[in-house]
Amino acid sequence: MDTPKNNIDEKQQKGSARRQFLTETVPAATGALVLAVSLGMYQRSARALPAYAIRPPGALAEDKFQGACLRCGQCVRSCPYDVLRLAKLGDDIPTGTPYFISRQNPCRMCEDMPCIRACPSGALGQSLPTIYEARMGLAVLIDHENCLNYLGLRCDVCYRACPLIDQAITLDVRVNRRSGVHTLFIPVVHSKYCTGCGKCEHSCVLDNAAIKILPIEQAKGELGKHYRLGWEEKEKAGGSLIPELLKLPIRRPGDTP
Amino acid sequence: MISRIAGREAVQKKGWLKTQKWLLRRRVSQLGILGLFLLGPLAGIWIVRGSFSASKTLGVLPLTDPLIILQSFMTGHTVAAKALIGALIVVVFYAMIGGRVYCSWACPVNMITDGAAWLNRRLDLKKSLSMSRLIRYWLLAAILVLASLTGAIVWEWVNPITIFQRGLLFGMGLGWFLVAAILIFDTFVVRRGWCGHLCPVGAFYSLLGFASILRVKAKQREQCTDCMDCFTVCPESHVIRPALKGDAHSSPVIFSNNCINCGRCIDICPQNVFRFSKRF
Repeated sequence: MDTPKNNIDEKQQKGSARRQFLTETVPAATGALVLAVSLGMYQRSARALPAYAIRPPGALAEDKFQGACLRCGQCVRSCPYDVLRLAKLGDDIPTGTPYFISRQNPCRMCEDMPCIRACPSGALGQSLPTIYEARMGLAVLIDHENCLNYLGLRCDVCYRACPLIDQAITLDVRVNRRSGVHTLFIPVVHSKYCTGCGKCEHSCVLDNAAIKILPIEQAKGELGKHYRLGWEEKEKAGGSLIPELLKLPIRRPGDTP
Repeated sequence: MISRIAGREAVQKKGWLKTQKWLLRRRVSQLGILGLFLLGPLAGIWIVRGSFSASKTLGVLPLTDPLIILQSFMTGHTVAAKALIGALIVVVFYAMIGGRVYCSWACPVNMITDGAAWLNRRLDLKKSLSMSRLIRYWLLAAILVLASLTGAIVWEWVNPITIFQRGLLFGMGLGWFLVAAILIFDTFVVRRGWCGHLCPVGAFYSLLGFASILRVKAKQREQCTDCMDCFTVCPESHVIRPALKGDAHSSPVIFSNNCINCGRCIDICPQNVFRFSKRF
């Protein structure tokens, strides 16, 4: 049985619950929402890694990496050459995530991969049979005007520094048209072998390196999916798919079609 | 003028050292943990590697921040076993001992916010913006949702705990601004603003310790003289009332999972009302 007094109490209680909802819960939720949205937008705006920052070997693709890396720094501590560092608040790299700058200190490609073994979360989780399968980035000889080998000198330092000499970087022999009698030895990078360790960029003798490590998606072009290379198709088929000699109509100037 | 300085009476009655007993122990614990981490980079003695978010002690014991693991899980990443084991150890430990023991005995930001609270009392700043203590739970929910929406552990971009600790170990960058911001916010804007209202990490450990064993108990509550010193120093002052001022049938144990088990009320009480005890 409800006495009138109980009724009033109940009403008051309901009122105070509503007041609490309006004065506490709603502002709290709104405040949290505002903070969260601004944080999310901040995160979105800074999604891509700057080109100079390279993730350690075995790192997952950048969008996956940011959900996997715990920002603990155990990879940094495990690196025998102090190559890795953690991004600080204010850097244009997500706070606390590991990276290295190959121009300053390149990856030495330890065969036992201590950084990958130290990672607790699987952010450096690509299964690499050996360090040579690592693809941290891709070397690109960007500057064809100042590279000493392009100028006709025998610098070759990037080629010599490469841990996969004659595989990841080869020297392509060309005619030196300037002198007419000399040879150019052009360093050529092969993505099939380049791990992106950065030794070439580190060793480049120019004040600003002519060869640089870039994120692979920035360094490489991509053929349209429908493209077929004739010589590969020919090899696959074991012979030409069309007659070896095509008979094309011959047209001379003055001929009317 | 400050009418009553919390702790003065306790110092007169019990002596300085006894009035700082738990505070000193907490500082030893907080600085000790930080010291273990710092010993590696500063002195080359590698007892602990890593940072608060994940570490390895003596090459065998993995410890991982369970909230970061939870966020990583929300992004859709399959967390490797090493980190999961570390998180499990941390979860079991704090769920047993007391969730927010993390806040008062391990977290380095607590030293900053305790400093701000002390400064606030010393400057006798009466005004404090009122803010709901529920915001932290909403923020906790928000960072988990944000992790699953963006696929990144977004909270770690700004988490002052890991940024401060990682900063000391790996280089601070603009981290000092964050530390200063918290100090100013807590001192001048909202009393106990960060740890007591906003921090989603604290909220997480609050939830984790809902049934934890270690509790503060107002054992001799009949001795209370209403001097209010415990309310003044308590970082979560709402937790005291039910235990201290409840009727005769109510439990004198502080059951609120917001209690950070700092033991400052034990120190500061001139009547020795409080002590550490079990929940049952």
